[in-house]
Amino acid sequence: MSGILTYALHYEGAFNKNSLGAVSEGAKLAKEIGGEAGVVVVGGDDLTDELCQSLGSHGATKVYRAKAPEGLAQPVVDVMAKVISDEGYSYALFGGGLLGFEIGAGLTARLNAGVTMEVTEVKARDGKLVAVRPILQDSAIVDVDYVSEPGIIIGRLNAFEASADGAGAADVVDVDVLLEEHSTKAKMVRRGEQRGADVNIEDAKTLVAGGRGLGKAEGFDLCEQLAGALGGTVAATRAVVDAGWYPYAAQIGQTGKTVAPKLYLAAGISGAIQHKVGMQSSENIVAINKDPNAPIFEFSDLGVVGDLNKILPKLTEAVKAKKGG
Amino acid sequence: MKICVLVKEVPDAAVEKRIDSQSLRIDRGGEKTLNPFDTHAIEAAMQVKEGGAVDVEEVVAVTMGPESAFRALHKAVSLGADRSIHLTDDALAGSDCAATGYALAKVLESESPDLVLLGQQSDDGECYTMGAIVADHLKMPSLTQVIKMDVAEGKLTCERQAEYGYDTVEIELPAVISVGDAINEPRYPSLKAIMGAKKKQLDTKALGDAGIEADRVGEGGSRTSVLGISPPPPKAAGEIIEDEDTNETVEKIVSWLDERKLLA
Repeated sequence: MSGILTYALHYEGAFNKNSLGAVSEGAKLAKEIGGEAGVVVVGGDDLTDELCQSLGSHGATKVYRAKAPEGLAQPVVDVMAKVISDEGYSYALFGGGLLGFEIGAGLTARLNAGVTMEVTEVKARDGKLVAVRPILQDSAIVDVDYVSEPGIIIGRLNAFEASADGAGAADVVDVDVLLEEHSTKAKMVRRGEQRGADVNIEDAKTLVAGGRGLGKAEGFDLCEQLAGALGGTVAATRAVVDAGWYPYAAQIGQTGKTVAPKLYLAAGISGAIQHKVGMQSSENIVAINKDPNAPIFEFSDLGVVGDLNKILPKLTEAVKAKKGG
Repeated sequence: MKICVLVKEVPDAAVEKRIDSQSLRIDRGGEKTLNPFDTHAIEAAMQVKEGGAVDVEEVVAVTMGPESAFRALHKAVSLGADRSIHLTDDALAGSDCAATGYALAKVLESESPDLVLLGQQSDDGECYTMGAIVADHLKMPSLTQVIKMDVAEGKLTCERQAEYGYDTVEIELPAVISVGDAINEPRYPSLKAIMGAKKKQLDTKALGDAGIEADRVGEGGSRTSVLGISPPPPKAAGEIIEDEDTNETVEKIVSWLDERKLLA
């Protein structure tokens, strides 16, 4: 048997963008190596026939629908393990995102499979798949082959784009899966809580983003003043959002937003991969950081090594003067 | 209750990491240190122990790695772990993360912990998957990237950021929890703790001691193989300004922005 199985996460009646990317990529690859383009969906009555069939427009040929709690990884591992074993899928493919990492890892253990994560490209070669993955802070790229089936491929955020050139409605099959005991021992108490003000960073032409290097929540005052002078908006890294320094809605990167403004000015941001994937398409990247070895200098267009507490206030004044003059 | 913390020895952040061109593995030469993400897991264990909500008998640090990895365990016990276990065997060399997770799970099995804690990622391998792999082998519930963890008798209440905002999840123990670096600010070890670290119990185990099947680990047990390695596509190097005179620096930034019409 062959074919590629993906997982589509959903919330409030819509599928996740990265999941749809994985569905589209899986469908494209299944055409090249042969077999079904299968998708597993897990949830309750919100998974209507119509919603599941719509995955066909992204190329899915078969949708496996299981009744189980949505938003946690382990029930999905049980469902996917059963579908892979019963139907003989050769690969499981995931879009970037937290749940994809957890489900892919669980499947790896359950099926004694090979796994590659942070994958940016998948190549079909002689009826098999080769996963391409950057390593060591993106300083090298490795091609990874699977020596047995199934192979687990976990994509990097935004690696796979959702396309809508599928044939039409997908076949929807209900699957009955008895969950493992340990998969029933985690319970979602509250899902998708928004913390902090609702701000729009995705439409901004200029973003001033702050990271841990700001030192404290009040450090964002400096970013807000500079953003005000530039006519832009303030964004933040995951670390400072988790620390409660800035609203969740302003977060860039893995589990946050993806942005591509004309100007992206990073203040006190080291440039971890999880942040990079959310902003690397920005047209002009300026980074201010006191650590000359910060990875962000590897992909910034203008890097300034120095103390942002000294530089930002003066830069704000200079921008005001320039714009006013 | 017993807490096991998984730790790893990684190249020091200041050492340039590279791939050995012969073996296609990460070159593990040079200065080593405890994976910085793991210090958050140890700190989380210490806060549970000191918090008083449950009775913690011991915190055990567990690692798999070459002989030198005992130093990561010394660091872990200097941060508060009571004893440590070092899984080391030549047959483990070349294990990928699936094989590593299997081997670590076998060691944990013999410890029967109520809670397994680990960091969100290793500084060198960047796999993010170890917690979920270990949990499936142990048949325990699991959550990764946890940034708040409240412990009560027999259960945890965890918070984390997922795709649609913050989730709150209740988990029955025993469980495997990987913590995000926002969960706490790790303490520094005292000089006394550093000096005392070598005196704490450290057990070394080989494959047979942990009941690990040799054909599931090492290069032979790994289900992936690296076909080749290449440099990333070239990107024009950015301009760098070292700030010496801030007025001058700011002037340079403004003219750089102005040249690109970003101040219009």
